[in-house]
Amino acid sequence: MLAFTLRRFLQAIGVMLAVGVIAFAMFRFAGDPVNQIVSIDTSAAQRAEIRHSLGLDDPVLVQFGRYFINALQFKFGVSYQFRLPVSSLLAERLPATLELAICATLFAMVAGILMGVYSALRRDTILARLFQAVSLIGISLPTFLIGILLIYLFAVTLGWLPSFGRGEVVKLGWWSTGLLTVSGWKAIIMPAITLGLFQMTLIMRLVRAEMLEVLRTDYIRFARARGLTTRAIHFGHALKNTLVPVITVAGLQFGSVIAFSIITETVFQWPGMGLLFVQAVQNVDIPIMAAYLLMVSLIFVTINLVVDILYTVVDPRLRSPVGRAA
Amino acid sequence: MTQPVLSVRNLEVEFVTRRATLRAINGVSFDIAKGEVLGVVGESGAGKSVTGLAVIGLIDPPGRISAGEIELSGTRIDHLPPEEIRRVRGKRIGMIFQDPLTSLNPLYRIGDQIIETIRTHTNLSESAARRRAIDLLAEVGIPAPEKRIDGYPHEFSGGMRQRVVIALAICAEPELIIADEPTTALDVSVQAQIIALIKRLGRDHGTAVMLVTHDMGVIAETCDRVAVMYSGRIAEIGPVQEVVRNPLHPYARGLMGAIPTLAGEDKRLVQIPGSMPRLSAIPPGCPFNPRCAFAFDRCRIERPEPIRRGTQSVACHLFEPAKETAA
Repeated sequence: MLAFTLRRFLQAIGVMLAVGVIAFAMFRFAGDPVNQIVSIDTSAAQRAEIRHSLGLDDPVLVQFGRYFINALQFKFGVSYQFRLPVSSLLAERLPATLELAICATLFAMVAGILMGVYSALRRDTILARLFQAVSLIGISLPTFLIGILLIYLFAVTLGWLPSFGRGEVVKLGWWSTGLLTVSGWKAIIMPAITLGLFQMTLIMRLVRAEMLEVLRTDYIRFARARGLTTRAIHFGHALKNTLVPVITVAGLQFGSVIAFSIITETVFQWPGMGLLFVQAVQNVDIPIMAAYLLMVSLIFVTINLVVDILYTVVDPRLRSPVGRAA
Repeated sequence: MTQPVLSVRNLEVEFVTRRATLRAINGVSFDIAKGEVLGVVGESGAGKSVTGLAVIGLIDPPGRISAGEIELSGTRIDHLPPEEIRRVRGKRIGMIFQDPLTSLNPLYRIGDQIIETIRTHTNLSESAARRRAIDLLAEVGIPAPEKRIDGYPHEFSGGMRQRVVIALAICAEPELIIADEPTTALDVSVQAQIIALIKRLGRDHGTAVMLVTHDMGVIAETCDRVAVMYSGRIAEIGPVQEVVRNPLHPYARGLMGAIPTLAGEDKRLVQIPGSMPRLSAIPPGCPFNPRCAFAFDRCRIERPEPIRRGTQSVACHLFEPAKETAA
C-alpha cells in the first residue's frame, strides 16, 4: 500500500516537471512580453531596462531555473496587465472557482447517481425514459448554450436568479465564500447546474450501465437466493459495486470541471480563475497563463492520486499485492 | 409415507420471446422427502437449472411458471407475491450456485454477508449473528473461522469459497437445499470434499437436497434417488442404484453407457447420436425419438406419460403395460 502510494507520488512529480517545462516554454514562444507592457512610443533604452528588470535578457537555462525555483515557492512572477504577483491574483480567485466546482460536482454526483439507479431499476417507466432523453440533451448541448438558456429563463424572463456575479461574499481569513449569504446561494445555482450538467449526464449513464451490468452478476443472483430484501440488494450490494468506476469518472471529471469552468465563468461573469485566465489570454498575460496551466495540472495530478488511493478503500482486492490465501 | 419436503406437480416454465413462447420445462413432477438427496441429471439445456430456479422462485422475466404446483412442506410456494417468496428464499430454501468465485460479493467481508443473511431471516442481534456465523464456518470446515470471518472473498480459494457459499445457504436452517452444479467449477480433489460436506449437512440437519449436476459419478456417490431430464421433461426417475444399474429409458441407458469405468475392458464408450433439440424445435411426440434406436411410429406422434415400473418411473412408450414385451 505504501509502496503503491509512493510510486504513484513519484509519477505525479514527473508529470508536474514536464508541465513545468511546457509552462516555461510559453514565455519563449508566445511573443515578446515587453511589447505588451509598453506603449508604442517607449524608447529602446526603456524597453531594454524593462527587459532587464524582468530578467528576460538572462540565458534560457538561468531563466528556467529561476522560474522553476520560484514556482516551487508558489511565486509565478508579476502579471503584465495588473502589475500584481500572479500568486496573489490566483489565490484571490481560487475560492470562487473551487466553490463553483465543488457545488457543480456534488450536484452532478447526487443527481447523476439517483437518476442512474432509478433508470436502471425501473428501466421501462416513463420517468426513466425521460431521464435518458434529458441526458442526451445534457451530453450534446454545449455548456455556454445551456448557461445562456438558463439565464434567459430564470434571470431575464422569471427574474428569480441573478444573471452574473457571485452575490455577497463573506471573508473567512483569506478564503472568501459566497455560501454563507442568500444572494451567494442564489448566484451559484445556475453556474453550478450549467457546469455540472455534463458530468451529471455522464454519471447517470455510467451508473445506469454499471448497475444493469452488476444486477446480472452471480453474486446478485445469489444475494436474491439468500432472500435478502430488494432494498439491501440494490442499494447495498449492487450500488457499492457500481461505485468504483463512478469514483474514477467523478474524480477525473472534477479536474475537468475546474479546467473547463472557463466557459461557465465567462458566461456568468463568475469572478474565478477561469475568467482571470480568459482575460489573461486576451492580453497575452503569460505569467498568469503559465501559472494557471501549472495549477490546473497540479489539481489533475492530485485528483488522480487521490482517486487511485480511493479505489483501494472501496475495493479490498486492490489492497494487498498478494491477497490470495490458500 | 410422511409428507415430502418438496413436491413438484406438472411444472411448466415458459420463456416468452418476441418470436415465440418457448417451453423450457414441460410437465415435470417429483418429490423430495426429508433428509433425501435427489440428483437431477441431464445434458446442458435439459432444464435442470431452470427447475431449481423455478422452485426457489428466481425465474426472471421473460420466463414464468405457466402451469403446475410447487409445494414446500405442504404449502404452495409458486405464485406467492414477491415479498413472501423472498422470505422463503434463504430461510426455508437454501441455494448453492455453480461458481463460488462469482457467487460472493467481492466488496463485502464474508462475515458481513453471512451476518446480513442471518439477520434478514431471524431476529438475532449483531453479536449473536456473528457467533452463529463463526459456528457455521466451523461446521462447513473453514479452519480458524473466528479469524477468517473478517476475510474478503478474494482471500479464499475456490473450494473454501464454495464452503462459505454453503454456509450462507444453510445459515437459516432451510428445509431444502438446491445445489446447482456445486462442484462443476472446482478441482476434482475438492469436488469430493464439497459433495461429502453437502451430504453430511443434509444428513445432520434432515435437510432435503436437490442436487443438479451432469456428473454421474457425483450422483452415484451422493444421491438417494435420481431424475434424468431430457428436453424439459423427466425421462426417468427412481432410486439411484436401480437407475444406474438398470436404466430403463433409452436415453438413460445411453447416459449410463457413456460413463467410463476403470475396470474397463477395452470397449468403446457408447455415444448417443445427435444432440438435444433446441427449445424452438422440439419434435412432436417423445422429444427423444429422433435419437432413439427403439423409436417406433407412436413415439413420433404421442407424448409418453410417466409409467411406474417397480421403484422407477419412466416416460417411454416401450414400457406401456401392453407392449412390455417390446422392451
